[in-house]
Amino acid sequence: MAQRSKLKWIILAFPLLLFIWLTIFLLRGLFSDPTELSSALVGKPVPAFELPDVYNPEKMHTEAVLKGRPMLLNVWATWCPTCQAEHAYLNQLADEGVYIVGLNYKDDSRAKAVNWLNTLGDPYQVNLFDERGMVAIDFGVYGAPETFLVNMNGEVVYRHVGDVNERVWKHVLGPKYEAAMAEYLNQPMEAQTAGAGG
Amino acid sequence: MTRLLTTMWLVALLCLSTAHAANLQTYSFDDPSKEALFRELINEIRCPKCQNQTIADSDADLAKDLRDRTYLMVQEGATKQEVVDYMVARYGDFAYYRPPVQTSTLVLWLGPLVVVLAGAGVILWRVRSRGNTDIGLSTDEQAQLAKLRGTSSPTVDTNADKDKGDPS
Repeated sequence: MAQRSKLKWIILAFPLLLFIWLTIFLLRGLFSDPTELSSALVGKPVPAFELPDVYNPEKMHTEAVLKGRPMLLNVWATWCPTCQAEHAYLNQLADEGVYIVGLNYKDDSRAKAVNWLNTLGDPYQVNLFDERGMVAIDFGVYGAPETFLVNMNGEVVYRHVGDVNERVWKHVLGPKYEAAMAEYLNQPMEAQTAGAGG
Repeated sequence: MTRLLTTMWLVALLCLSTAHAANLQTYSFDDPSKEALFRELINEIRCPKCQNQTIADSDADLAKDLRDRTYLMVQEGATKQEVVDYMVARYGDFAYYRPPVQTSTLVLWLGPLVVVLAGAGVILWRVRSRGNTDIGLSTDEQAQLAKLRGTSSPTVDTNADKDKGDPS
């Protein structure tokens, strides 16, 4: 008899538990940002590409520029207001020694991009120019700005959608970059110099 | 009069807003089966930028780029799976409107089945427990039943029922 009523309680409590679970699930959905998609590239090597330099159309870069040390790959364009908002902070990061590669994404014109870098400052070690956005598709870029963290082996560690600011750097990107740097600095010295050359 | 004019303008605007579907006419095919595949694909690939639209519906720049890429791949003879794999490799499972069967999406695929089975289970349980009522009598109740069956006539029985129903 006692066994039976216990079973009855479990059955009666089930809808309540289901309701509580559903409430928590939906409440979490309410505060999550649906536009933040995790990159399909995380843990994978960066895709192969060949892109011209922003300043010099003759000069070609390949995916080799994203290998050899931890770095950020920042996707930007002059038509993107948020990129302008984050630019000052990228300059500051570059001054602090953070290695950043820029990927100009479907900009209106090369001249506009060059003008932007000349007037607002150039935080990028390498400037890639993706006129038609085809390489950006290979990276799974769906807007600007986006920032990828690439480790010393040229693998994507993390993708941040939206602007990089002090809060994002302090809580999200910075710690991951530091971890990648620590891994890079802890490897044997000769591998480090060989990697940086490539 | 001005009201009529405004209405007419609004109707005209509405007609204009469907014009973007005509953009798809710019993709020309020699092979009707390729065209069918292209149309099927652009209606099943989700635009990562404007999230609840397919790349056929969306006017976003990125959706156009992805349509162009789909067109190129289909023209070059890619199969449906190849195009879907291409998109998923870059934009994740999100890019395809049909989620794959894997542990994280199992609840999507099996959820409805579980609900139906649970419903059937509850109905079965209730029907069976209703059939079992006279087995669940305690010895006291059985004695009472025997007494009622043995001694009382149907008229007494109805009287007893009436007494029970009466609160006084």
